[in-house]
Amino acid sequence: MNHEQLVFLLQGAWGTFLLSILTFIFASMTGLLIALLRVSANPIARGVAFTYIQAIQGTPLLVLMGVCFYGPTILGFTSVPALTAAVLALTIQSSAFLGEIWRGCIESVPKNQWEAAECLSLSRTQRMLMVILPQALRIAVPPTVGFMVQIVKNTSIASLVIGFAELSYNAKILNNATFQPFLYFGLAAVLYFIICYPLSRLSLKLERRLNVSRG
Amino acid sequence: MIYEFDFNSVFAYWQFFLEGARTTVVMSFWSTLAGFILGVLCAIARSSSIAWLSKTVGAYVEIIRNTPLIIQSYFLIFGMSSIGLTMPILVGAILALVINITAYTCEIVRAGIESVPRSQREAGECLGLSPLQVYWHIILVPALERVYPALTSQFILLMLVTSVLSAVGTEDLFGVSGQVQSMTFRNFEVFIILWGIYLALSLMVRVIFWLLGKVLFVRRRRLGTLL
Repeated sequence: MNHEQLVFLLQGAWGTFLLSILTFIFASMTGLLIALLRVSANPIARGVAFTYIQAIQGTPLLVLMGVCFYGPTILGFTSVPALTAAVLALTIQSSAFLGEIWRGCIESVPKNQWEAAECLSLSRTQRMLMVILPQALRIAVPPTVGFMVQIVKNTSIASLVIGFAELSYNAKILNNATFQPFLYFGLAAVLYFIICYPLSRLSLKLERRLNVSRG
Repeated sequence: MIYEFDFNSVFAYWQFFLEGARTTVVMSFWSTLAGFILGVLCAIARSSSIAWLSKTVGAYVEIIRNTPLIIQSYFLIFGMSSIGLTMPILVGAILALVINITAYTCEIVRAGIESVPRSQREAGECLGLSPLQVYWHIILVPALERVYPALTSQFILLMLVTSVLSAVGTEDLFGVSGQVQSMTFRNFEVFIILWGIYLALSLMVRVIFWLLGKVLFVRRRRLGTLL
């Protein structure tokens, strides 16, 4: 393996990193909206969020990738940049999962907190923003960090339909040229591990700390 | 310009979809079955008091859970063929899926095993049950019952990620859809149809696991409850 090949692999890792960060930013915003809709007092809003989550979680990410890649063209856009399509598909998928995770966190805030806030005559929005969400946030951090690992791993299939050059794509290209699968896929695996393992450990550590402070 | 949908030209290839769905089901079935058995065995090893065994399984679980499936399957399938080990693609794909899902199953079942309170184990011993009986009736079966919903979700995810293996050439539902796309040039319609089929498949898997749970676990213990 020469210098250029290593650089090419690291460029792929940069693509993975970029895709993961963008996805996480957009998916957090959409996911929060989904979670709030899911616990809303309005049955229609709850129904919409429920249907969204079921429809997204019941289909592979690859299908979403295809829909996001070819979908915009039927709306009249001539071509979609690979990064945009990949971020869009990953955001749609991750927001459904994050929405469901965060709904669990919001619902696990003890019910008497709701009642106490209501007794203080706070409005529903105030109750949510000032009492429930800050407490839910604390519970939500460990599973959210854990889900970031899923996002990083999910970016690895952005090349299959869309052809975005990230780590696994670049590793595949290098393997096609040199035919040394153990070397290049092994290195790619190491790079993914370097990104994901600290996040996994952090998630576990935060979860333990949370359980101690509760117990 | 207004796009005109043309589902009919895609539906003309329904036999492709049917054949692909069959392959997806076959891949999911065998990898779920093998992954469940191996995963439970790994979880037993992981929570055992034999340090080297527990550490080895732990390392395997961490490596698999922190790298993407596609890299694992490239490594396995292209790697094996590079050293002259060839096998039918379906076997290779199922092998890659089993290696992957075993790690996830192991972690879920281990959480279940660890949730069984020590006092129950001791109570079982006091009742004169043999160590094997204690392990089976007091630890393993209640543990599986508690994590059953989590396992169900994991196996549905498994069915969905079989689509990734089309990258190494399996003719599963996602793989054959590529052929239909190149014959019809109706990519978007193909993906919409795929969406529908996968939704139906995941619903099917959910119903099967629900029925299975009804038969297998009468008491319906939940994670976080004692009895």
